[in-house]
Amino acid sequence: MAKVLMRASLVAVSLVWVLAAQTVLAAEVKRYVVEGSRAAELDSCVEPTERMRRMHFEFIKHQRISTVHEGIRGTKYSLAGCVECHISYEEQQPQPIDRPDQFCGACHAYAAVDLNCFDCHASVPNGGGLDAEAQAAHRAAGVEKLVQSGRNGEGH
Amino acid sequence: MTDKTDRAENEIDSGRRDFIGVAAGMTAAVVAPGVLLHTVAAAPRSEPVTSDVRWGLLVDTAKCADGCSACVEACNDENGLNLQTPPEGEPDRKWDAQKAVWIRKVKLQDNQTGRVTNLPMMCQHCEHPPCVDVCPTGASFKRADGIVMVDRHLCIGCRYCMMACPYKARSFIHQDTTDQLTSVPRGKGCVESCNLCVHRRDYGEASTACVDACAAEGHHAIVFGDLKDPNSAINQKLKEIPSRQIREDLQLNTGVRYSGV
Ligand code: HEC
Ligand code: HEC
Ligand code: HEC
Repeated sequence: MAKVLMRASLVAVSLVWVLAAQTVLAAEVKRYVVEGSRAAELDSCVEPTERMRRMHFEFIKHQRISTVHEGIRGTKYSLAGCVECHISYEEQQPQPIDRPDQFCGACHAYAAVDLNCFDCHASVPNGGGLDAEAQAAHRAAGVEKLVQSGRNGEGH
Repeated sequence: MTDKTDRAENEIDSGRRDFIGVAAGMTAAVVAPGVLLHTVAAAPRSEPVTSDVRWGLLVDTAKCADGCSACVEACNDENGLNLQTPPEGEPDRKWDAQKAVWIRKVKLQDNQTGRVTNLPMMCQHCEHPPCVDVCPTGASFKRADGIVMVDRHLCIGCRYCMMACPYKARSFIHQDTTDQLTSVPRGKGCVESCNLCVHRRDYGEASTACVDACAAEGHHAIVFGDLKDPNSAINQKLKEIPSRQIREDLQLNTGVRYSGV
């Protein structure tokens, strides 16, 4: 009987310990926003941070379909938009965002996520004229409702 | 066979009805587009494109100058095609045949009369695009506003579309690509072609890179516009001068028209 009690309390103690450890982890969660990016000066992402961490790829994927197939450019989950706000600079030079020491790259390296998006997509803001528009679009997008994509063949 | 003829006939008819319907019903709305263009210009599109418009080009080959490649260069510039570099050791001739081009300058000569015609050849933005028919993944598609393009996220690089295209309008990217423009992502393993400057369309700009360049050279050989708007510049011009679709025998109802061929 004593043995059983002993075991139970051990389990309980370890449970408490695990929980405590987790709260500590949550408080000290590593942040990835890079010094010198526009994002570093702002309070929040296009969605609450917690939501962005868990959902950003879903947002981008939906945006991708509505942009490519429906021509919608005014919404806030644009990949170009992520790059534009999260890019950081060294000696005025934008640093490719997918590099392992940069915003997307660092967290993906940690999470062992391998993206090929930047094989095609510019990893630095690039392309003059439209950039300014993309930026304006982006700021404007803060008030714009997300237009749900009607064409969603990807099982969501 | 009969099926096919039926189809074609029906569509020619329904096309006509559309045009007449639009012409009769929308005189009031016609004034608006010109005005709207400017207000829309700044705002990126927030509603899905619709089939109320169909974008197209009209090339007046009489004005297309021999030796001029302004449209090709502007296209390359606009879409970052000039950022391509040949693989190491590739002979020039092979590279010229293989590098991605969205517009080709084509020179035709009538062997009987000796008459020479120059024209830019690009994706013809067919109403019934063969490239879309053959695509196994749905990557080749026609947007509601008539632009035929490749969703590079779905493209597996099989190149059926390149073989199906009667106009040799599509290119394949054979090697890693760097320094792409933000507005025009592109990369290895995918097929691509003229998309009527789709990013310009979605930001409400009035024309395409090739049209602007041609005008800047003083040739004004290409007109861009909405084939469904009876008052658009392109429709005015179509009404005024005789024009043809290239390979009209295929009944693809192309969105790019040529006069003087
Ligand atoms: C207008 C600027 C802006 C844009 C655009 C933007 N972000 Fe953010 N993002 C931020 C800011 C600011 C934070 C930090 C929020 C905080 O401090 O909690 C952030 C945080 C994040 C985080 C959490 C980082 C961490 O350390 O846990 C992720 C993930 C993220 N963003 C992804 C994206 C993606 C993906 C996109 C494109 C769809 C995007 N962001 C677009 C400003 C932006
Ligand atoms: C083979 C090339 C290629 C690859 C790889 C690729 N894309 Fe794209 N992507 C494109 C092209 C081309 C467009 C169309 C751009 C346009 O018309 O403006 C596009 C557009 C987009 C858009 C809409 C434009 C924007 O900036 O918001 C999003 C979002 C997007 N892609 C997300 C992704 C994501 C996420 C990945 C990686 C999982 C990815 N893409 C990988 C070629 C590619
Ligand atoms: C805080 C960490 C973090 C940051 C910062 C981050 N990501 Fe991610 N991302 C992840 C994780 C984790 C996954 C994998 C999720 C899964 O597979 O369930 C992921 C997955 C993705 C995917 C889907 C990959 C696939 O193969 O389907 C895309 C696209 C993506 N991220 C884009 C971005 C972009 C663009 C940025 C920078 C603007 C970014 N992420 C920044 C953590 C992050």
